[in-house]
Parts: sequence; C-alpha cells; structure tokens
Amino acid sequence: MRADYPPNVKLIRVPCTGRVDTVHLIKAFEEGVDGVYVAGCLEGECHYLVGNLRAKKRVQYVKEILAKIGINPERLQMYNLSAAMGSRFVEIAREMTEKVRELGPSPVKTGSGREV
Amino acid sequence: MIVAEQKPLEEILEMIKDYEKIILVGCKGCVAVCAAGGEKEVQFLASAIRTARKAEGRDIEIREVTLERQCDPEYVEQIRGFVGEYQAILSIACGVGVQYMAEHYPRIPALPGLNTFFMGGAEEQGIWSERCQGCGQCVLHLTGGICPITRCSKSLLNGPCGGSTNGKCEINPEVPCGWQLIIDRLKALGEFPKRYLENNPPKDWSTSRDGGPRKIIREDLRR
Amino acid sequence: MNTESRLEKVLRAGHFAVTSECGPPRGADPEAIRRKGELLKGVVDAVNVTDCQTSVVRMSSLSSCLILKEMGFDPILQMVTRDRNRIAIQSDILGAAALGINNILCLSGDHQRFGDHPQAKNVYDLDSIQLIMTVKKMRDEGKFLSGEELTKPPRLFIGAAANPFADPFEIRALRLAKKVAAGAQFIQTQCIYNLKRFEEWMKQVVDMGLHEKVYILAGVTPMKSVGMARYMQKMVPGMDVPEEIITRLKGVPKEKQPEEGIKICIETIQRLKEMEGIRGVHIMAIEWEEKVREIAEGAGLLPRPDV
Repeated sequence: MRADYPPNVKLIRVPCTGRVDTVHLIKAFEEGVDGVYVAGCLEGECHYLVGNLRAKKRVQYVKEILAKIGINPERLQMYNLSAAMGSRFVEIAREMTEKVRELGPSPVKTGSGREV
Repeated sequence: MIVAEQKPLEEILEMIKDYEKIILVGCKGCVAVCAAGGEKEVQFLASAIRTARKAEGRDIEIREVTLERQCDPEYVEQIRGFVGEYQAILSIACGVGVQYMAEHYPRIPALPGLNTFFMGGAEEQGIWSERCQGCGQCVLHLTGGICPITRCSKSLLNGPCGGSTNGKCEINPEVPCGWQLIIDRLKALGEFPKRYLENNPPKDWSTSRDGGPRKIIREDLRR
Repeated sequence: MNTESRLEKVLRAGHFAVTSECGPPRGADPEAIRRKGELLKGVVDAVNVTDCQTSVVRMSSLSSCLILKEMGFDPILQMVTRDRNRIAIQSDILGAAALGINNILCLSGDHQRFGDHPQAKNVYDLDSIQLIMTVKKMRDEGKFLSGEELTKPPRLFIGAAANPFADPFEIRALRLAKKVAAGAQFIQTQCIYNLKRFEEWMKQVVDMGLHEKVYILAGVTPMKSVGMARYMQKMVPGMDVPEEIITRLKGVPKEKQPEEGIKICIETIQRLKEMEGIRGVHIMAIEWEEKVREIAEGAGLLPRPDV
C-alpha cells in the first residue's frame, strides 16, 4: 500500500499476538520504551482461534502492574485489525504516537518518579 | 499442591525499599504450577521491580534464580556460593521456602514475595481451590471422598447447617455447601441415608495444627 | 431424666408451650435485659437468650440468663460452638447448671463472616450434634467427653434448632433424626412463613415417628413492614418468605403494615396449633419484644398454665 507511518514505531513481528508474553511487555518498559502496542487480528478472526484473546488479557494484566509502578497504563494498548486494513494500521500508529508524545518520555528514562 | 499468590507489587516494593542488591529466588514446584513463583514469574517480577526503581531514578541489582524446590536442603544449598553478596533474599516460593532460606542463611533477611494460602488443586486453568486442611486424620472414606473439615466453612462433621442455600454456603454464594456435596456423593455411592444418619463423634484435633508443630520421621529412610 | 425446667414440665403435662427470646445488649448494661424481661412476664414458659447471634458481640448468654432467672424466668441458654472449644463448652455447661439454668439450646452458630469481627478465628471444635451428645453424656453418664467422671452432673433440658427451610430439603427431617439420636429433647424451628413447605417437613417428621421422641416448638416472627419481609426473603439464608405474604402486606397502607404482620403471625400460630406433632410455639419478635404479649393473647395462649 506504501502508506507512511511514523518512523518512531518499531515493529516486532510475531506469528500471532498469542505469542506475546507479559515478560516481553514489562521488559520493554524496563528498557525505557515510551509506549507499546499489541496489534492483533479482529476478535473472532484469530487464525489460531484465541491467541488475540490471550494477548488482550495479558495486556490488561501488565497495564495494572504499570499503574502500580506509577507508569501511565495508557502507554500500553491493544488494537485489533485485519491484515488487509492498511489505512487502519497507519491510523493506529499515528494515534499511539500522538498519545505517547503527549504523555512525554517514560518515567523510566527520566527517573522523575510516578506519573500516575 | 500448595497454592499461593503473589503479594501485591506495592507490598513487595515496600519490603525491599532499603535494598540495592537482592537475590530473587523462585521455585519450580507447587508455586510454578499455580503461576505464582516459577521461573516465568521470577523474570516478570524482576523486570517489574527494576522498572519501578528506574522510574524513581534509583537502581537495583536483582540476581534471578529458580531452584528445583525450596523445601529441600540440597537445593537450597545451591545458592550458598553467592548468596552472601546480596542484601536480602526475596523468595517467591511458598512459606516453607522462605523459612528454609531464613534457616540456611540466617544473616540475610528472607522476605516473602507470596502469600501462601492452602493445599488444593486446579479446577481449570487459572482457578485453584482448597481441598485439604492437613488435619492428620483423614476421614474421606466416611464422607464420600469430600472433606468436611475443608469444604464446610464451619468444619461440621454432622452437617449441613441451617444456612445452606441452593447447594451454596451461607458465607458466599460462590462457595458450594460442603455437606451438599457430601450428600450428593453418598447418594451416588448408594450410602445414603444410612451413612448420613450415623452421627460422627467429636474430632481429635491433636494431630492437626492445634496439637503443635508437626514432624514425620521415617527411620527406614534415614541414613 | 427430668430436670427442674418449667418448659419440660409444661410439655410433659401436655400443654401447648410458649417460648420467646431476648437478645442481650451490646454493652455491660443489665437493665437492657431486665426491660425486655418485663415485657415477657407471664407470657412465656421459658425464654431463650441468644449467643452472639449473627456473630455480633453481645453480652454473654450465660450472664443474661442469670439476670432473667433472678426475675423469675426459666431461661434457655443458647450456646454456639463457633466461639468455644470443648473445654470451655463443658466448663460453661457446668457453670450454667450450677447457676440454676435448666435449659440449653445447642447450635453451631452463624459464621463470623456475618458479624462485626470477621477477622476472628473460628473454633467449631464441636458441631451442634456433638454438643448435644456432650450435654447428654455429662448429664446422663456423669462423664466429660474425655470419659472421666465429673462430680455432679448438670441437669439440663436439651434443645436444638431445626430449619425446615434450608437446603437440601430432603435431608432436613433426617438431620432432625440425627439430633434426636444424639439426645435432643426439644426443638425450636426457624420462623415459619411458608406453611405448605412446613407441612411437608412435618409429614416427613411424623412419618419417621420423630414427633413422639422430641417436643417440637414451631418458630414464628411477626413482620413489621414490606421492607422487613423483602429483606428476610432476599438476604437471610435459610429463610423462606412466600410472595403471598409480601403481597398481603403491600395491600395495606404503610402505617397498618405492622398490625397486618401481627395478624399474619397469629393466624400462623392458629394453623400450627392444629398440626400433629407441634407441641408449642417459639415467638421471635426481634427488637419488637413488646408485641409478644399481644401475639400470645391473640392466639389464645394466655394465661400460661400452672405446673
């Protein structure tokens, strides 16, 4: 489709979002990443049946942990879209970039203490 | 198996707040099965603690170790070579493991990362419930294989009480009435009402926790 | 074995017995019990004192029983097994008998989850049936649970509770049989609103011949309002309040509801008097003790007989 999405978004490909573990998500924040989003298939259309539903629960769990640590849970999101939805893909990338930009750098980078 | 749950993260962070160098020890036994203190949980917790510290502008060094079990001296000894380098041991084994750490390494604070709850099993993935209270005098053959001490909220031996409602316990509609389960089971076994009508005498609690800390010795297995 | 219990004498003489109950205060004030006692003078053959009902801390049943005894009543000591182990239980049984208390009602007790101290340890060393067995052993064999002899047996008339409205329904008569086998001599039931279900239970009880082995006193409680009826219907485990009762109460204006509630209670007692196996009534007018006299009068139960 050759559409542009913001260059600060780093893609990590997995065969199914069910492969994403809570450890991957928390470690990303430990490294100082400002935002993470998990993009999976539309609910009900997971090629592996329920992988995206498992991812949803794991994202929710880590959001709660982030809140306890004092990191804004909005920095972690789950999105659902199909492989054919190119423009939606771009939209999400832009939306998330905007959100994280507004929130500023992660407290892990700045060491400035709780933001929530 | 022993079923435990991780303490709330804020409680753990509070416990370790004065330390900069700790060893986080998990266990591949019961707590790995109930996803509270196994290798995966060690990785996640270590990362969460480091993230929390960095966000505060502080640092922490966490050595991550997962032992086969924390309730056997031979495994607990495996960290002797380097445990002395750390200010505290954060154990995410059950209460037994934490105590073994304290016993083997008395000069290093042993902190519990979990709340240990009960002896039980999995009902389905993600749900574990209590089955045994360790009373030391099992009478499951008299109650259709269902424990009245554990599954009745009042540990009645001649239940149910008058609060049983629709097969649920009065204290919580999600808790099945232990005696309803026993009665159903006795029926399925053809022991109802005969077994039910027999009055069970008072229990001898001296073999349970009430009698004092317990020990089992097998002379035939000792060296 | 006969005791000094007035309740036992009334029942043995074949009269329809009347009992009621007093809830002790949440403080050290003996007057609170005396005031309730005054309302029941001449109305009852015996009066229960509850034992930290719903696990809420109140003045002890034993001490309240003594206060009522001093007023001339024949108190029934309610004892739950939730809070005491067998050592304290046997000790209190001896104490009650020594103080001249003649009746004991043996209960397991509501779980502490319901009360004001849910963090408390619960005891339940014995259950209600084992408690009955204990009192009987002390009284008839002169022995403690340990098998050792005691010096002077406590002479207590032994009672227990029955709840025909708890689940599972099919075992409720069997459970009564267990209590009778353990030594229960009189029974007080949970308060009755669903007469049909109660009759079914009584039929099972009579079929098993239990009504001839134990004196059954049927429990009744007057409804003060639609709100109270709804609360009891929805929030109290082991309570069966049919919709007809609520409909009937709704049919009268709010200020007339208490009167209607008393009427329903009196009608219930009259139905119960006619039932085979019912040897008395236990009127529980919680925080409405002043109405017990009116109910007893309305049901033709006064004056109480001389025994």
